[in-house]
Amino acid sequence: MIAHSIFFYFFSIIAIFSSLMVITSRSTVNSVFFLILDFISVGCLFIMVGAEFLGMILLIVYVGAVAVLFLFVVMMLNVAEQKQSWFIGKKSNHLPTGLIISVLILLELLVVVGGWKYKEDLMSSSTLILSDVSNTHQLGLVMYTDYILYFQLAGIILLLSMIGAILLTFRKRIGVKRQSYFKQISRNPSSAIELKDVESNKGVKIND
Amino acid sequence: MIEISLGHYLSLGAIIFFLGVIGIFLNRKNVIVILMSIELILLAVNINLISFSIFSGDIVGQIFTMLILTVAAAEAAIGLAIILIYYRNRGSIRVEDIHGMKG
Repeated sequence: MIAHSIFFYFFSIIAIFSSLMVITSRSTVNSVFFLILDFISVGCLFIMVGAEFLGMILLIVYVGAVAVLFLFVVMMLNVAEQKQSWFIGKKSNHLPTGLIISVLILLELLVVVGGWKYKEDLMSSSTLILSDVSNTHQLGLVMYTDYILYFQLAGIILLLSMIGAILLTFRKRIGVKRQSYFKQISRNPSSAIELKDVESNKGVKIND
Repeated sequence: MIEISLGHYLSLGAIIFFLGVIGIFLNRKNVIVILMSIELILLAVNINLISFSIFSGDIVGQIFTMLILTVAAAEAAIGLAIILIYYRNRGSIRVEDIHGMKG
């Protein structure tokens, strides 16, 4: 029990510190690195509390894909050289409103957490966590049976986002030759080959 | 204090949510930091769902966490694509330069 609380405080302090550094760091690349640290520590918390599959998914998908995507975009856009920071540039006039709103949100959430009583027999559900099956096994047992429609919907969302991202960043450049499958397979000998009688010592003039 | 209960995890989620919300208002640099703040907010929601799922013994919270992960990945991809074409058209993604809608 004591080890559980020590690890909880360790990982949560790292998570809070790194999320603070994400929003206040001077360069955007450092923000992305602290975001990765945040994801890793929260993933360790998930594994510690008993949701191993989601902890590993958080490490693989977030750290491996999303954070690296952020890093790619930051390096492609060359914004790392922009030194404008929130405490150097023009003062934001949204800042007092934002502070009031976010402090109110934090206070409301903490009031809810503090005053909330957990009732033991609140739910009678068919998806209770069993102790003799592993976390991944049980997640699969519920996800592919009761929640199969949500699973398919998640796949459709991923497909749509992939199509959207490709369509948004696609552009036609002038001077770049592209492969056109339709033109390739619709060639026939009459349009592709030209037969000529060549006189000797004259050669053929080619007009491109 | 020593024994970790549901309230500890919910407080951690609340603090990370708060930092994400404040990051949206605070930064003057570029739009990518706003996207990262949104990722922080979604992470806080995931912490809440997983801790409720574990402490109340029901697996459905973890399934919805997985759906939130899907939506967050899609949102990051679309948002970064929009930022990329904005930078390609305007040459800057600083927050104070983006005032096309006079908001």
